[in-house]
Amino acid sequence: MAFRIEPRRAPPASLFYLTPVLAVAVTVVLGALLFAALGYAPGATLYHFFVSPLTTVNGLAELVLKATPLAMIGVGLAAGFRANVWNIGAEGQLTLGAIAGGMTALELIDVDAPWVLPLMALAGVAGGMAWAAIPAFLKVRFDVSEILTSLMLTYVAGLLLALLVHGPLKDPTGYGFPQSAMFAPSANLPMLVNGTRLNAGALVGLAVVLGAWLVLARTIVGFQIRVVGEAPAAARYAGFSAPRIVWLTLLAGGGLAGLAGVFEVAGPIGQLVPSISPGYGFTAIIVAFLGRLHPVGILLAALLMALSYIGGENAQVAVNLPRAATGVFQGLLLFVLLASDFLVRYRIRLARPARAAP
Amino acid sequence: MNPDVLVAVFLTVITASTPLLLAALGELVTERAGVLNLGVEGMMLMGAVVGFAVTLTTGQWGLGVLAAALAGAGLALVFGVLTLTLVANQVATGLALTIFGIGVSSLIGAGFVGKPLPPLPRLAVPGLSDLPVVGRLLFGQDLLVYLSLVMTGVVAFVLNRTRIGLVLRAVGQSDVSAHAIGYPVIRIRYGAVLFGGVMSGLAGAYLSLAYTPLWVQEMTAGRGWIALAIVVFAAWRPGRALVGAYLFGGITILQLYAQGAGWLPVPSQIFSMLPYLATILVLVIISAGPWRRRLDAPACLGKPFRPAA
Repeated sequence: MAFRIEPRRAPPASLFYLTPVLAVAVTVVLGALLFAALGYAPGATLYHFFVSPLTTVNGLAELVLKATPLAMIGVGLAAGFRANVWNIGAEGQLTLGAIAGGMTALELIDVDAPWVLPLMALAGVAGGMAWAAIPAFLKVRFDVSEILTSLMLTYVAGLLLALLVHGPLKDPTGYGFPQSAMFAPSANLPMLVNGTRLNAGALVGLAVVLGAWLVLARTIVGFQIRVVGEAPAAARYAGFSAPRIVWLTLLAGGGLAGLAGVFEVAGPIGQLVPSISPGYGFTAIIVAFLGRLHPVGILLAALLMALSYIGGENAQVAVNLPRAATGVFQGLLLFVLLASDFLVRYRIRLARPARAAP
Repeated sequence: MNPDVLVAVFLTVITASTPLLLAALGELVTERAGVLNLGVEGMMLMGAVVGFAVTLTTGQWGLGVLAAALAGAGLALVFGVLTLTLVANQVATGLALTIFGIGVSSLIGAGFVGKPLPPLPRLAVPGLSDLPVVGRLLFGQDLLVYLSLVMTGVVAFVLNRTRIGLVLRAVGQSDVSAHAIGYPVIRIRYGAVLFGGVMSGLAGAYLSLAYTPLWVQEMTAGRGWIALAIVVFAAWRPGRALVGAYLFGGITILQLYAQGAGWLPVPSQIFSMLPYLATILVLVIISAGPWRRRLDAPACLGKPFRPAA
């Protein structure tokens, strides 16, 4: 018996959106095998990883708290990925947003006014955009790969943050720890659920996702982004400006990553510290792909990836699984997802032997 | 400057440049075959952790280096299956490889953090290695340093002077034509991808066995990405990859010395930014200057290919 592989003329939409679910299932199975191979009881580990965080109010609040930056950055990156603009430096843009928003908060530490928080958010968006503008400019002006420049700038951003919290922004009353003073209450996001860390940033995140959905699906810009990515020749013929799309998507991605950065320092952290994010900027790349570059899909994918962070911490406490298991799970998921795309684009058929002519 | 100091500086430049050169040569061959593997960082980390773990547990650095090469090749094989057989997006798969490599290496390495290991033994030729100045530079290096230099020549020779090199370049320039003539495009690309994995694995092993004989999480610190930039800088030519690797190695060491010596009254983080900023600057100069016309990236770089049945 032989198989034949042939390309599908039109990939069915159902399969396109179903394969991510399939990929998650396969990854969970592979993860269980991996845990078993490393000597952890797979059943208990999976339970602590994927189920027990969802059984408490606090767990659910943490889930939404961590899904917020992932979803916001994910939709920003997805706009770029649709147009073949590969911004992989969202982690650095997030850091710059945190720095800009955090410095605003420290500058206004004696001010108790309702406009402090919006100003911080604006500063954060501007910071993230400024950092993303560098790869955009270099791409448009000199045709330098935005992949390499945006990533190099992530390292620079991390060092810049370290420099600031070890130096000019260090809290003089902080016993020498490399961290800034705590922000004033007016610079902290209002809480949504008492007794948890869930804050109003989640509502903004939800609004961002819905807004992105509207822009990508219903506006001419969203249409241009898709055409530039899928059919560059047609885009040129139609007169769509490719440099404009590069600028737009990088600034959108950078701005949203910057906003996510502000929400981290104005939310759960409350000050500037040497490490703002546990890799949200990189995980958001997986979120964008897992969500099929669609804002609603990205929202679901962000929740799942947030679960992988919380589950990782949970399993570390419960069964002593190393924290790095989260990264393994995330990488594995992206592999399986990319492999499953084959099923979307190609059809595997049983090849029947041709019947001999009578 | 005292010649002894100069020799000492150049010796450290060699150690900083060797991993970059190894990884860049591997990626260069992969890209010449038309495949863009952005997972160099992940493959280097796997090489680093596996090389360290095997050397520490067996006490045999030879086994460690071999295992590191195999670990790099193992990840490269995953990349090959996804991008060459299953025609997945090369950029996304490369990123996945790096994310996965960071995770798995941290997982494997969790038990090895902070354990010491003697550095790779250096060559000692009686008489020659003790010569003033040139002795330690030419005859006192470890195996991987010599390998990186020899491989520069080998890769240049194979790419430009042999039939297999010609076919590999043809596959990278025009996969459709190469397939039409009857060359096994996919098989050749698998070979190039695996070679890239082996070299990245060795580069990682150099970091954890010779450069700093330790395992630290994410110890590559972006060197895999700098190696990718060196390939662009080198215009896909092995000789220029050697120059690029030593240029970046030199910058790395220069900033370390500057930090230690306190030449400028600026925070150490400013110096640490230099290699990353230099990478961006070099990419801009290469893309903007009069060299631009002669960049000639392989025409099929990053494009998926699936032979019609």
